[in-house]
Amino acid sequence: MTLSEGVQLVAFGLLAIMMLGGALGVVLLENIVYSAFLLGGVFLSMSGMFILLNAGFVAAAQVLVYVGAVSVLILFGIMLVNKQQPFLPVKSAWVGKAATGAVCAGLFALLTATVFKTSWAFSPEMPVGDQAIVEIGKHFFTDYLLAFELASVLLLIALIGAIVLARRELIPDTLPGEDESEALQLPERPRQLVSSVAANTSDSDA
Amino acid sequence: MQLEYFLLTAAALFCIGVYGLVTSRNVIRVLMSIELMLNAVNLNLMAFSNYLDPVGVNGQVFAVFVISIAAAESAVGLAIVLSIYRNRDTVDMEQFNLLKW
Repeated sequence: MTLSEGVQLVAFGLLAIMMLGGALGVVLLENIVYSAFLLGGVFLSMSGMFILLNAGFVAAAQVLVYVGAVSVLILFGIMLVNKQQPFLPVKSAWVGKAATGAVCAGLFALLTATVFKTSWAFSPEMPVGDQAIVEIGKHFFTDYLLAFELASVLLLIALIGAIVLARRELIPDTLPGEDESEALQLPERPRQLVSSVAANTSDSDA
Repeated sequence: MQLEYFLLTAAALFCIGVYGLVTSRNVIRVLMSIELMLNAVNLNLMAFSNYLDPVGVNGQVFAVFVISIAAAESAVGLAIVLSIYRNRDTVDMEQFNLLKW
């Protein structure tokens, strides 16, 4: 990356503000549709961070997979599970929230202390930049080959599993000996054939 | 640019994700919080890859694996949410008492 130090710092600050503000919105906003769109913003600013870290390929993968697939999937989930129900108030829910907030703040303080206490072994070499995609390909087909193949198998399993879990079960209401021609059909209006529709319109025109 | 800035941002994002994971009532918001945590881990991996291992880029390979696993997790998670919603007719985490005794 051939940006000057100040430009990098300003870009990092903007991206960090966008990311943390969006994340707070995702967690705290009441309307879940706003949360889903803010999640897309978080993913986009994350890919900007990846570009700042000299990783163009992973930034592109982030935009493709997260912004393009996961955000849309979550929006579809919200639309399919569109239930406007007020949640029943739980007794003394604020205790749990306060305890969780305290634990999270403590975790953040611990991580901060660790980050500043550790002496990192910085590498003096320059980052490979756009050659990283060649290096990633070499890694995929040499030392990470088993993990790569396992990831592909896992994606296939997840695909089939998602279909099996989400598809509607059509259980017949009648016993196997009885008439079961109606029970296995989805409740939907009978489709009109295109030719009959055309005949109807021509009839109405006449 | 410093490594510590990226690590601090990732830590803050992870903590926000943990808070949302524990306190959310809506199942879909829980899934979103999990995505936030996975993204924070990815940012950590990329920062280490850039500053500590700039030639080997092992961190970028790990991040690509994490992204693919996250996509699979999100698909299966939403399928489970849909299935539970059909059976229970609610998305409230407090009313899911499956797998409890």
